[in-house]
Amino acid sequence: MIKFAGVYMAFPSGSLALRDVSLHVAKGEFVFLTGHSGAGKSTVLKLVYAEHLPTQGDVRVSGFNTAKLNRREVSRMRRRLGIVFQDFRLLEDRTAEENVAFSLEVTGAKRSIIAPKVMRVLAQVGLTAKAHQYPGELSGGEQQRVGIARALVNDPFVLLADEPTGNLDERATRGVLRLLRDINANGTAVLMATHDLDLVRHASYRTVELQGGAIVFDSGMDQQIVSEGTA
Amino acid sequence: MRLAFREALLAFRRWPALSMLSVTTIAFALFVASLYGLVVLNLHRTLQSIEERVEVVLYVTRGTPIEVITLAMGDIEAFPEVAQATFVTADEALQRAQSELVEFQGIFSEFETNPLPASIEVRLQPGFRQTESVAAVAERLTGFAFAEDVQYGYDWVAKLDRLRDIGAVVGLMIGGAFAIASIIIIGTTIRMAVMQRSREITIMRLVGATDGFIRSPFLLEGCIKGALGGIVALGLCYAAYSAVHRLLFQAEFFDQTQMAFVVAVGTALGLLASATSVGRHLRQV
Repeated sequence: MIKFAGVYMAFPSGSLALRDVSLHVAKGEFVFLTGHSGAGKSTVLKLVYAEHLPTQGDVRVSGFNTAKLNRREVSRMRRRLGIVFQDFRLLEDRTAEENVAFSLEVTGAKRSIIAPKVMRVLAQVGLTAKAHQYPGELSGGEQQRVGIARALVNDPFVLLADEPTGNLDERATRGVLRLLRDINANGTAVLMATHDLDLVRHASYRTVELQGGAIVFDSGMDQQIVSEGTA
Repeated sequence: MRLAFREALLAFRRWPALSMLSVTTIAFALFVASLYGLVVLNLHRTLQSIEERVEVVLYVTRGTPIEVITLAMGDIEAFPEVAQATFVTADEALQRAQSELVEFQGIFSEFETNPLPASIEVRLQPGFRQTESVAAVAERLTGFAFAEDVQYGYDWVAKLDRLRDIGAVVGLMIGGAFAIASIIIIGTTIRMAVMQRSREITIMRLVGATDGFIRSPFLLEGCIKGALGGIVALGLCYAAYSAVHRLLFQAEFFDQTQMAFVVAVGTALGLLASATSVGRHLRQV
């Protein structure tokens, strides 16, 4: 479903963000991407949703080589992904309901379909009562739930979450993780970048650790990989 | 389309100050350009009325039979450059002189015989009033055997020509400069509006909006702002025109087609500025 094969990614300045990353995320899988800041976690996610393109190697998402997609095809591919950010990225001047509906409107969905679908996902994330509130009136945890609802409303096959609990307190963090687990239990794959090792330890999911842009550990491969040049 | 329209209108509600700034900028840029257009228009109409007075006069040799003149009039009116040929008898010429040159009344009454010759006054079609055409017609009129003299005021026509050329060159230069300045100013304000919404654009792209979907509300917004700017500019122009018309001299205002043109130019400028700004921004996200 998501496949990285020998991926290198360099920034225009020449600095290497990823080195020889090969990774496979299967349908319905839950994978943690861990590592320190600057290890390359966000870059991996950005390569999946084609905000970056690999300098070398292949990134395939649902069979499509992201480097060969044109802008329109990238847009269409993103509709099949759900993306959640640390800073929520909600539109401040729209209510929770409007933020979620926006994701469907850009796909050209009919208005008669949008309203019930939005209410269903808001119910799924436990925010029905706050549907008409603006992001500024919601707590951090609630804003992230709106972000998750927005990511879910298009029925994605994978949810990409970039440090979704990074700005949340412990209680809200647990709530968001529980929600992601439920989503995964319903069949949606989750690829979550986090540097919170406690969170990773308490959830027994596959963990991929990045260091200096290379994969140094993948619990899914049942062995430790020591990348060339790292101890 | 309905969504794009809704988003475009929402932008006015969400960012009233910025929207007002864009409309005001377009309005003032167009106001200055339209005001200049109004000056050119009035100048053009004045020149046109002067041009209409361009005529070639053929003085007829005394004793020429009227039949010969009538026959020649038919030939002259058949010239493609000629709008109208009028025969003025010697008596009519004297009467005209007496009524137009009142101060020489005494001299006229002392004449025993009429010293003025009969003439054929030839008015030219629009488009044939430049020096070359006038000279060509005069040349042809000289060919008539009864032509004693042919006059058309070469210097005067040449000066009119030069004035028209200067007007056209200055008009083109100043008009062009105004158009470029307007596009830059409007482009900058719309770019500010786009930058203000860069976060929204980024989010739109991340949730899978196509470039066309993102662009359409901005383009519509640009068109609406441009059209509103055009209407406000026309209002300002009308106020300036009314003041000049009432206090200084008689002037003319744009007709309906010209007013529609000002609004259309505003709309096009708004569209162009939006398309450029959004296009540039989209390439970056």
